[in-house]
Amino acid sequence: MQTSSYADAEINRSLSAEQKIHFLKEMYRIRRFEQVALKAYNLGKMGGFLHLYTGQEAVAVGTISLTGPNDHIITAYRDHGHALAVGMSMEECMAELFGKATGCSKGKGGSMHFFAPSRNYWGGHGIVAGQTPLGLGLAYGLKYKGLKGSALCYLGDGAVNQGVYHESLNLAALQQLPVIYIIENNGYSMGTSLSRSSSFKESLAARAEGYNIAWDEVDGEDLYEIRAKTQIAIDRAHQESLPTVLEIQTYRYYGHSVADANAKKYRTPEEIERYKTEHDPLLIWSRHLIAEGVLTEEEATRFDKEAKAEADHSAQFAQESPFPSEAEIFSDVYYEVDHQTESGRRGRHFFND
Amino acid sequence: MPLITYRKALNDALAEELTRDDNVVVMGEEVAEYNGAYKVTEGLWARFGDRRVVDTPISEAGFIGMGIGASMLGVRPVIELMFWSFAYVAFDQIVNNAGCIRYMSGGLINCPIVIRGPANGGTNVGATHSHTPENFLANVPGLKVVCPATAYDAKGLLKSAIRDNDPVMFMENTLLYGEQWEVPEEEYLIPLGSADVKRAGSDVTLIAHGRAVITCLQAAEHLEEEHNIKAEVVDLRSIRPLDEETILQSVRKTHRAVVVEENKPFCGIASQIAALLGEKAFDDLDAPVQRLSSLDAPAIYSPPLEKIQLPTPQKVVQKVLSIC
Repeated sequence: MQTSSYADAEINRSLSAEQKIHFLKEMYRIRRFEQVALKAYNLGKMGGFLHLYTGQEAVAVGTISLTGPNDHIITAYRDHGHALAVGMSMEECMAELFGKATGCSKGKGGSMHFFAPSRNYWGGHGIVAGQTPLGLGLAYGLKYKGLKGSALCYLGDGAVNQGVYHESLNLAALQQLPVIYIIENNGYSMGTSLSRSSSFKESLAARAEGYNIAWDEVDGEDLYEIRAKTQIAIDRAHQESLPTVLEIQTYRYYGHSVADANAKKYRTPEEIERYKTEHDPLLIWSRHLIAEGVLTEEEATRFDKEAKAEADHSAQFAQESPFPSEAEIFSDVYYEVDHQTESGRRGRHFFND
Repeated sequence: MPLITYRKALNDALAEELTRDDNVVVMGEEVAEYNGAYKVTEGLWARFGDRRVVDTPISEAGFIGMGIGASMLGVRPVIELMFWSFAYVAFDQIVNNAGCIRYMSGGLINCPIVIRGPANGGTNVGATHSHTPENFLANVPGLKVVCPATAYDAKGLLKSAIRDNDPVMFMENTLLYGEQWEVPEEEYLIPLGSADVKRAGSDVTLIAHGRAVITCLQAAEHLEEEHNIKAEVVDLRSIRPLDEETILQSVRKTHRAVVVEENKPFCGIASQIAALLGEKAFDDLDAPVQRLSSLDAPAIYSPPLEKIQLPTPQKVVQKVLSIC
């Protein structure tokens, strides 16, 4: 197998065997969570959409492994992987999918809207590129408060043509804000391939050149490379308060969402199979670790089984949890009403009856 | 009590809140070095500097989204829109992000932002610059909407809006910026969700918000002098939250109501008030509730015609006479 030329990057040289194995476990957890979620979806346990992260696991795990107390994370609707990578529990995430009161958003957000501010995780945003100016705002808040940090703002390759992303790039450069835009390029914006949706010269990230923003391209199947190149962006944010655009090449095995009826029509089954067998980030990472002598095949199988058991348990937890009460419809709309402040008690806020 | 302009009252409110709370940041197009397109922020940049008073490029979706993101970390942006009409390019940020993020996060997040600027017609700038989106935005649970009619209210309401922990859409009027009212020198706040009886009367209630309140006060004067009709004028001040009690109390006393707005009639604020009166004051009414809105077409440019597109005191008088 190929060895990664980025294994020797400073940020990777210092990794312990335990840390490396932790990354593998995290990727198994995301993969098994999505698999169990898909099964539950097909059994009618949840409504709406389900955008699976399967195939892209190394991106969230690799980038988020570098974050510290003042690094913040925000993403789009394909948000389960990032949620688990920041440390949210499978239980709260699965329960949210089931629309249960024990969900991370009390069953009010659903698949596309996971949040955990206590873990610096700001969603989970349903409108394509809608998170891009919010990520900028997180960076603005950090700079305003004089904190050395960064905002990692993830977007898909389909989001790069939305105007607000370009407005955000302009503002990021103009105001020198420590935001890192991470384009997870999985090749398809729903059913439209990259070549049919985006006009570009070298890469999507290279558009940053026009805004005088540093950029780089990253191979998303190599966790070492993801970490090495993301660390450069984080250092730039921390040391110079400057933005970066990273484009990470990756692939999703399932459709845009589970409701994507054409998932196997706009690309060939052979293409999907090739990615699964030759480019799978879990396979590649486990082979690295085996080659390095920090992992055995048996251990890998055991970690996968543990992840599966945890995911199954989370589905059981979600199934057994109660739905929110009807009264919950009117909470969490207004802060002042929830806290029954003087402002929240004055005048009518809701207009039923 | 000193007489100051509506513009100065807003300026004073901003300066006082910038002084009080280091998290307050004023941002928008031309708010700093240019001193404000309508001079509402005049002198603030010189006084508070680059960190607190921030010029942005013409990029409403970008800087409103940025302000919302910053508010999640505890910054309290007061974002100026040169015209509320420009908010339409930032609808996703205002409605989906500011309006829904608290709910979708199960109450984990709140957005303490104010978006402010003029939302009015009557200045011959054509339809694109004359929108009045108070009804659209009050339709979004999670947002608050405020429309002050006087300098006194503008100052007290803006200070409350800045201190509020929910997103507040604050709509001013360029035709009022230069008008003067008495405003006390000592600090005061006006809570959101409280209407104000601007003129007491016994025969009919005129319910309005924003500049339409001034139109109603002129009409009330005329009604008393020429027709011996005593009109009570209720200024909503805050659209959402809405002070229904003050409206209902007045109508229960006068038994007649005309709702006046510079908003368009279809699903406008007046429609909401008319529905309220139908549901909760039906037995108290001696006549059908009347509505007077802006004429239902895009804002016309032609100056003499735009004058009559908006509610005038004469039209308010005619509406009142049709039910009194």
